[in-house]
Amino acid sequence: MEQNFTKGLRDGMPICLGYLSVSFTFGLLGVGMGLSWWQATFISLTNVTSAGQFAGLTLMMEGGAFIEMVIAQFFINLRYLLMSISLTQKVDEKFRGIFRWVLAMGVTDEIFAVAMSQEKPVSRRYFAGLFLTPYIGWGTGTLLGALLGEIVPAGVAEVFGVAIYGMFLAIIIPKATESRPVLTVVLIAAVLSCVIYYVPFIRLSSGLSVTVCAVAAAAYGAWRFPVAAEDEAREQAKPAGEV
Amino acid sequence: MLSLSEFFKYVAVMALVTYLLRALPFVLVKKKITNVYVRSFLEYIPYGVLAAMTFPAVFTSAGGLVPSLAGVAVALVLAVRKKSLLTVAIGAVAGAALLTFVPQIFY
Repeated sequence: MEQNFTKGLRDGMPICLGYLSVSFTFGLLGVGMGLSWWQATFISLTNVTSAGQFAGLTLMMEGGAFIEMVIAQFFINLRYLLMSISLTQKVDEKFRGIFRWVLAMGVTDEIFAVAMSQEKPVSRRYFAGLFLTPYIGWGTGTLLGALLGEIVPAGVAEVFGVAIYGMFLAIIIPKATESRPVLTVVLIAAVLSCVIYYVPFIRLSSGLSVTVCAVAAAAYGAWRFPVAAEDEAREQAKPAGEV
Repeated sequence: MLSLSEFFKYVAVMALVTYLLRALPFVLVKKKITNVYVRSFLEYIPYGVLAAMTFPAVFTSAGGLVPSLAGVAVALVLAVRKKSLLTVAIGAVAGAALLTFVPQIFY
């Protein structure tokens, strides 16, 4: 019962809140740049990615080449490739085939992070719930941003932007206070990310920056603190014990 | 002006590249990875991703620096006490809202 659809929906709520604000901004910007409300919403429902959509929007309105679009999306969203590989190690045995093809749509930074923070293996039902609430939020936020953008004061939508980071901190902090390796990885990634952002001559898109920082930090973590053999043995003994 | 057919072509390219990056590895990697370094790497990836996404973006996430920092402060206090994700998220918004709207009453 703990890993069911309803729990997924509930765990998706904070993500949904954060998405409302980000996608609201996207809707606002899309219409501002000349898309109609349904076009902005259509992009959100088919892409479900923040940095990729903002970059894509800019490229299409500037009349960029399709190959430019391919390259931009590839590098901005390369992190999803890592996340999807990571997620294959976390899902349970029934989560395969068509469920993977369909629910792969739900691999976003936030959904991935919450799924990985679960103690138990992730079931397809749980993941479906975890995808659905944020997906609705992402679409609704875009639609509202596009339709009502001129009526709602920007400040009201803005404060909700902090929700998603609050949630991230809620995942990172408890784990980082208990585990020195995780703390190290977190610090490296955070510092590197700030350096890339603030040092003027380094120019990376936000999506690519996240990839570079996460890979560097996780690689250092894996090199200095490989998961101990006994943890490994315990982990493998667990499912066998339950069967 | 962007024509409808161009719009759909652009969106198809965007959506396809993004989807394949997510779906191909998810579908193709079926086995448990045994290499201890690769396993460790994959275990640490979420924390690297989260930390890189949070910093420095969080400092401007609620608009200005002050409301954002207020949100972060509330979130940190609640996160250290291991409150649920939703509680921490709502707390952060409340902290940010307080410092966004209360000063407006006085000025």
